[in-house]
Amino acid sequence: MSETAVAPESAVSQKPGWRANGGTRGWFARQPSWVRAIVVLVMAVLAYLLPYADSVPLIGPQIVTQGIDWPSALFNMSYYVLLALGLNVVVGFAGLLDLGYVGFFAVGAYVTAMLTSPDSFLHTQWAWLAAVPVALAVTMLAGLLLGWPTLRLRGDYLAIVTLGFAEIIRIVATSTPNFARGDQGFTGVPHPPGTLANGKPVFGVTDATPYFWLGLSVIIMVILGVRNLDRSRVGRSWLAIREDEEAAEIMGVRTTKFKLWAFAIGAFIGGLGGVLFSGEQGFVNSQTFVLQFSILVLAGVVMGGSGNIAGAILGGALISYIPDRLRGISDPLFHTDLYEFRFAIFGVMIIVIMVLRPQGLIPSRRRAMELKDREKEVAPQ
Amino acid sequence: MNFSGLIRDFGPLTVTGLTQGAIIALFALGYTLVYGVLRLINFAHSEVFLMGTYACLTFWGLFGLDQNSAAPGFGGMLLFLVLGLVAAVVASGATALVVELVAYRPLRRRNAPPLAFLITAIGASLAISEATGVITHRNQRGVPPIIEAKSVISFGNTIITNLQLLIIVLALVMMFVLDRFINGSRLGRGIRAVAQNPDSAALMGVNKSRVISLVFLLGGLMAGIAAVFYDLKIGVTKYDAGFLLGIDAFTAAVLGGIGNLRGALLGGLLLGVLQNYAAGLFGSQWLHAAAFVLLVLILLFRPTGLLGESLGRARA
Amino acid sequence: MRQVLARAIGGVAIIGLIAGAAACNKSSTTTSSTASGSNCGYKLAFFGALTGSAANLGVNIEQGFELAVNQYNKQKGSDCITVAKFDSQGAAEVAPGVARSLVADKKILGIVGPPFSGESEAADPIFEAAGIPTITPSATRVSLSANGWKVFHRAVANDGAQGPAGAAYIKNVLKATKVFVADDQSAYGQGLADVVKTSLGPLVAGSDKTEGDGKQTDFSALVQKVKSSGATALFYGGYYTNAGVIRKQLSAAGWKGTLVGGDGMKDPGLAKAAGTAAAVGTIATCPCSPPEAASGTFVTDYKTKWNQDAGTYSDVAFDAANIFLQGIDAGNTTPDKLNTYLSTVNYKGIANTYKFTSTGELDPTLIKVWAFKFDETGNPKSDQEIKTS
Repeated sequence: MSETAVAPESAVSQKPGWRANGGTRGWFARQPSWVRAIVVLVMAVLAYLLPYADSVPLIGPQIVTQGIDWPSALFNMSYYVLLALGLNVVVGFAGLLDLGYVGFFAVGAYVTAMLTSPDSFLHTQWAWLAAVPVALAVTMLAGLLLGWPTLRLRGDYLAIVTLGFAEIIRIVATSTPNFARGDQGFTGVPHPPGTLANGKPVFGVTDATPYFWLGLSVIIMVILGVRNLDRSRVGRSWLAIREDEEAAEIMGVRTTKFKLWAFAIGAFIGGLGGVLFSGEQGFVNSQTFVLQFSILVLAGVVMGGSGNIAGAILGGALISYIPDRLRGISDPLFHTDLYEFRFAIFGVMIIVIMVLRPQGLIPSRRRAMELKDREKEVAPQ
Repeated sequence: MNFSGLIRDFGPLTVTGLTQGAIIALFALGYTLVYGVLRLINFAHSEVFLMGTYACLTFWGLFGLDQNSAAPGFGGMLLFLVLGLVAAVVASGATALVVELVAYRPLRRRNAPPLAFLITAIGASLAISEATGVITHRNQRGVPPIIEAKSVISFGNTIITNLQLLIIVLALVMMFVLDRFINGSRLGRGIRAVAQNPDSAALMGVNKSRVISLVFLLGGLMAGIAAVFYDLKIGVTKYDAGFLLGIDAFTAAVLGGIGNLRGALLGGLLLGVLQNYAAGLFGSQWLHAAAFVLLVLILLFRPTGLLGESLGRARA
Repeated sequence: MRQVLARAIGGVAIIGLIAGAAACNKSSTTTSSTASGSNCGYKLAFFGALTGSAANLGVNIEQGFELAVNQYNKQKGSDCITVAKFDSQGAAEVAPGVARSLVADKKILGIVGPPFSGESEAADPIFEAAGIPTITPSATRVSLSANGWKVFHRAVANDGAQGPAGAAYIKNVLKATKVFVADDQSAYGQGLADVVKTSLGPLVAGSDKTEGDGKQTDFSALVQKVKSSGATALFYGGYYTNAGVIRKQLSAAGWKGTLVGGDGMKDPGLAKAAGTAAAVGTIATCPCSPPEAASGTFVTDYKTKWNQDAGTYSDVAFDAANIFLQGIDAGNTTPDKLNTYLSTVNYKGIANTYKFTSTGELDPTLIKVWAFKFDETGNPKSDQEIKTS
């Protein structure tokens, strides 16, 4: 950064502005750790209280969704956020362009269904909780399987191969009536365990709030895990790979190993989303796992700000919240449910954000700096 | 696995595969051209194609032609074909230019990272296809029978119709013309220069912006032609027609070696034929899976695609 | 500076979007009823696809349902029962959230829907847990009644009856000796095609599958296989979107046989894609009777209110709504009582007489399957009733 140009200002010893000090995040980083802990705790508590948002006077009813049950919308947001977090590890941290992320979501959901549903060819019919670790392990394996042959591929080829993998998974899911049961799907996938004092199950069908809380808890654990990874040697290796893979290799970073790690962890988190989804819905079929889903999550991650956790959460939440919020509202022109316009609105929003603010809504500082540097490299047109 | 079926239908499946492959190849040219010059996966190219399919339908509709009309006579057929091509080419080219101007140029000015371009492309693709979907109520629209299918060549149980022959021949001709243009003309040299090294080309006096617009336009033209053929062969179009075929076309471009014009042709034809063989052998539901399995296999053993070379290194 | 501008625009856009949406927000339910008289002040819900690619089928049903409620209210002289609409888009992953919205409204006593089998799988467990009775006028998947749901009622025959009817038509009316059977791998299409394949036995000259509705446009391989097999009839288990394209490509390739399918194909959309000339003669079976055969003034009333001809299952939905209305009128004003009422009901409606078995199926003696043939105007018109012995 051209700090020398700023010299005259600092010579006048002005206090540096809010933005120069890193803005809100800078302020946050400078607080003593107990203050930070309290702020995080308060935010977490508020998140858990979100199902009751419609009680907030004035803005509550405007935030809450109309055409769809609000706790259900919150649950949808929670698994989208999980997917965004996972994809952020692959795309944002390691810089590996993955266009087929829905594949991991699908594997997680399907393995859970196959182990627990009475329709399954396995006839095992486990409880949901018992199926979870197996599903996650299989999904991680899928991540490694995808990662290993694609290591040699350059960014754009990697994109199309990952897309191909996800489509292959979807087509196998659709076209194997005895294995994945296609459109018929798996019914009767059990819900997460737990009974209340009065004997009713915690995770019932009519109330999505417990599912949201479960999803939120998983999100918090994932955030902690990913954050620690990011600050460790693994995260630094990812950064090196993302910025310049060849230079990283020369400097001794084992790119192969860490790229595989990225895929495996991304797959794991995607699998978590799938496991939660199947436990909530109780029904898994091939119609859900379409390519548009991957594209949407990718758009969300980059829109929110790829490479940083807060950005991924915001992006993931938005891509789920905005369509659901638009549901149930009719537009005056075509008299169609506004929900129909959701992708068109997204498309325009994405263009606007990318043109005006390509680092995303919540940029990582590093990303913002990277982009500023790139701007200076432009040759005269 | 239906081997006997595949052998029995081998000829017809090859013909229909080449036809579909020709359409895919023309469509793939847009991806490969833009990638060769800009290193950008132009996701919005599928909507460039889509606009072409609707443009010629709308144009034919102005003359009262819709899916229920009778096929016109030879003169009418020729007229409507040519005019439909013009309408589609204009619409596709215009869409390509607009997308470049609105979505990519501002990012290029700022030297944004490749991921930003990709996301913007996705945004543009979504916006256009979804807007079309809402306007058309997501219904598919039938195509008037401009060309009445007549058998032209037949041997054994294989019939080549006039439409199929037209598509294959015209695609090859357009490919040849484009190849000559890129390798022979001054503008083509400019394109190759920018593909090799944009900044040096600019220093040597090439107008980069104009070259880039030209590349988008060329891709759009090819897509427009593909769009008309698609309409005539498939018989319907829908708001997601671009997306569905776009995946195939992009796969074909990568298969042949992205950035390589001849690779796009080879990739397209190969993909069309192999898809149909797979459909004959395993069942029509595996049409798309075959494409992806093929792609993954090829890329595993030949990571830069079949023909590998990029636009910049085409021989003069 | 640009950053501030960008944030400002982004913020304003998002606020504007939500505020605008809130401002235009007419809740999907009509205003609460001004109840007068007993047994009033309740709601009946429609749950199904009102938007999305399968919207036609859902809208037909919803309109039949709403017509019935409106007529009832008019007869009562007040806004006695309110209509509540819930749009699931026919998608199984959207259905649960919307279903929960529905059950949160305690005034809803009964549901007409869901019209599709896939979303029924996802949403019916929620309705069952909430105890709200449902009558589906069109979800024909056989396994739906095997889940032990007490609230599930089906007002039409399931695919177990439709399939053999299709096969019977091909054998006895078309008298085809070689038949090609294909499906789109959907729960509905595959189920139907499998039953037809079994019923036709040795007449099947070949089979194939396609990708789901709207996911594939190039059917040249299927067309080629049909031609090579020498079949004079093609049975396709699927919906009108794919079927229209297939019919068109078959005609373009010179195949002169007959396309036969189930109720998913019974929509003018098929002819709109294929062109009326190619679509002429296409047969779609339906466990419903022709709307013209509906007794009373239903056909003209529907046309007057909605400015369209009654569509597939509109009449059945009309009857389903009236079954509920009659039950409410008789004093069954809780979901539980209404559900019990359904188990003993014997209702003579405009399309059929309705009695439900213990699993919620329509009484087998009341099942009717008709064949519809596409005519030169591109509309499916009733051909004949198929007797399933």
